[in-house]
Amino acid sequence: MKYGVNEQGYYGDFGGAYIPEMLYPNVEELRQQYLTIINDDSFKAEFNQLLKDYVGRPSPLYYAKRYSEKYGANIFFKREDLNHTGSHKINNAIGQILLAKRLNKKRIIAETGAGQHGVATATVCALMGIECVVYMGEIDMARQAPNVSRMKMLGARVVPAVSGSKTLKDATNEALRDWIGNPVDTHYIIGSVVGPYPYPDMVARFQSIISLETKKQLLEHTGKELPEYVMACVGGGSNAMGMFYHFLDDESVKLVAVEAAGKGVESGHSAATTFLGKEGVLHGSRTILMQTDDGQVVEPYSISAGLDYPGIGPQHAHLFKINRAQYVSVTDDEALQAGLLCCQLEGIIPAIETAHALAQLEKMKFNPADNVVVCISGRGDKDLDTYIKYFGY
Amino acid sequence: MNRLNKLFNTKKDNLLSIYYTAGYPELNTTVDIAEALEKAGVDFLEVGFPYSDPVADGPTIQHSSEKALESGMTLNLLFEQLADLRKRVTIPILLMGYANPMIQYGVERFCKKAAEVGVDGVIVPDLPMYEYESLYANYFKANNLSNIFLVTPQTSEERIRKIDELSNSFIYLLSSSSITGGNLQVSVNIEDYYKRIKAMQLKNPAIIGFGISDNKSFSKACEYAAGAIVGSAFVKLLGTDGYMERIPAFVKTIR
Repeated sequence: MKYGVNEQGYYGDFGGAYIPEMLYPNVEELRQQYLTIINDDSFKAEFNQLLKDYVGRPSPLYYAKRYSEKYGANIFFKREDLNHTGSHKINNAIGQILLAKRLNKKRIIAETGAGQHGVATATVCALMGIECVVYMGEIDMARQAPNVSRMKMLGARVVPAVSGSKTLKDATNEALRDWIGNPVDTHYIIGSVVGPYPYPDMVARFQSIISLETKKQLLEHTGKELPEYVMACVGGGSNAMGMFYHFLDDESVKLVAVEAAGKGVESGHSAATTFLGKEGVLHGSRTILMQTDDGQVVEPYSISAGLDYPGIGPQHAHLFKINRAQYVSVTDDEALQAGLLCCQLEGIIPAIETAHALAQLEKMKFNPADNVVVCISGRGDKDLDTYIKYFGY
Repeated sequence: MNRLNKLFNTKKDNLLSIYYTAGYPELNTTVDIAEALEKAGVDFLEVGFPYSDPVADGPTIQHSSEKALESGMTLNLLFEQLADLRKRVTIPILLMGYANPMIQYGVERFCKKAAEVGVDGVIVPDLPMYEYESLYANYFKANNLSNIFLVTPQTSEERIRKIDELSNSFIYLLSSSSITGGNLQVSVNIEDYYKRIKAMQLKNPAIIGFGISDNKSFSKACEYAAGAIVGSAFVKLLGTDGYMERIPAFVKTIR
């Protein structure tokens, strides 16, 4: 693949494995084995079976008629919100739990921000009967209390991250510290296309099912595999990478990644990483991250806990730098309005993360014949409180 | 040859190194603490430049980093503080921190500046060997700085050989795979590990760190290596009242 990872784990200038020696054996074990394992026929069979019977794949590609009328193009929704556990996160969690089993790991750790990845991980651990510990920022635990309860019901232990800013990046730090202390029996299921190589590539491969299905489904709908536009929201960037993956080499397809501008890119309360960030190292990879001149990581802000991350995956940083994908941002207000519009025009309550991608439709200039796919990465049940408070329902 | 090389050439055992975070507990006592440690008989020092996301550190050093950053510690300020270091302190000094602040400062500029103020080596746990070798090693060499690599009980022999080859002062031997501030539990396994390293007859001496907190753990470490590093236990002392006066007594309890 032209835009894929090289042997050193890099996408252009980005990627690598910036990890302390304590993590080297764990990450090296993964690096040496992940491709062999996930390309093995028995792995593929089990993965695909679970995606079909347990997750409910393929997720529909839905022609959004009223959206198409409103925006003057053929708008399709890739319905990851209909997956078991309510978002695309389960695709990666299933892949990694099967990998962990083949590596004979007895214990799973994960980080979570909004709780979607934590719930997906707790779910697959219950499914496989493996011990599960989820790290979650103390502040996020309070913000996303129902997801904390869901994880506990699923049998996971949820450990508050009380260091630093007590949010997603600190939960990730705590998970890494746990892994340092438990190098032999534990697998760390990272939830996005971030972290040291091979994580960004591995998670992208597990999520690439999204674009693989989309190609086939578009062909059925339109007689063409390739759309003009593919759009998705980006925090760390796993749904976007899954949505872009099989279109990356098709240069005619315009890729649009939507970041969270929070209260405005220049407001000081934003998570628009490509606008505000600089190149550096975060959570084990060289990427673009929000930081001070002194190289301290800046705490981002977005109303959407899933986009509230100070970096982006290294492959996104590369696609941004070489202009293969366009990175834009929308504010909290624009996203919430777009979320409500989606409820009222299509009868779908999207996650606020997803609503960012939908909000970008307002700013696009389409031709009437354009086919546009938007990844509906998750459902909005978890965000009802926020929507209700904002709109006063 | 830098001060570290000279030290290791002349003294082969019972070397004591102390780590502390620059800017903690007070912003401007970095060199005062170094001076006090030298007077107390410490052989060399590791001065931490704080980072917002120190994944290899336990709660004690995390806390000290957070406080130092809140007080306004930056790499720029640290180098300013160290400007007259060599008028007051003669023992070798290493800077220890994470890759991102160093990369933002500019690795070449960082190395030049470190050499200029009289720093002898650098420990950056999350700077990988491959990147060090291919991108940065020349800057370290040009400025006569030693880069220190970590080795854990899980590090393979092949990798240890490679680390030995790239090192030119000492190898930082972790007592276990853990973050800083744990307890050194010398089990049969750990002794095997130390013996295994010793038997490899590396060209660089080994210094044991992580989990060295008192005389017992220090002495045990010195049976297997040229010396040991105390970090979290000293940073804890810095968090107490009258810490400056208590430094000599603390160092005595370790030796």
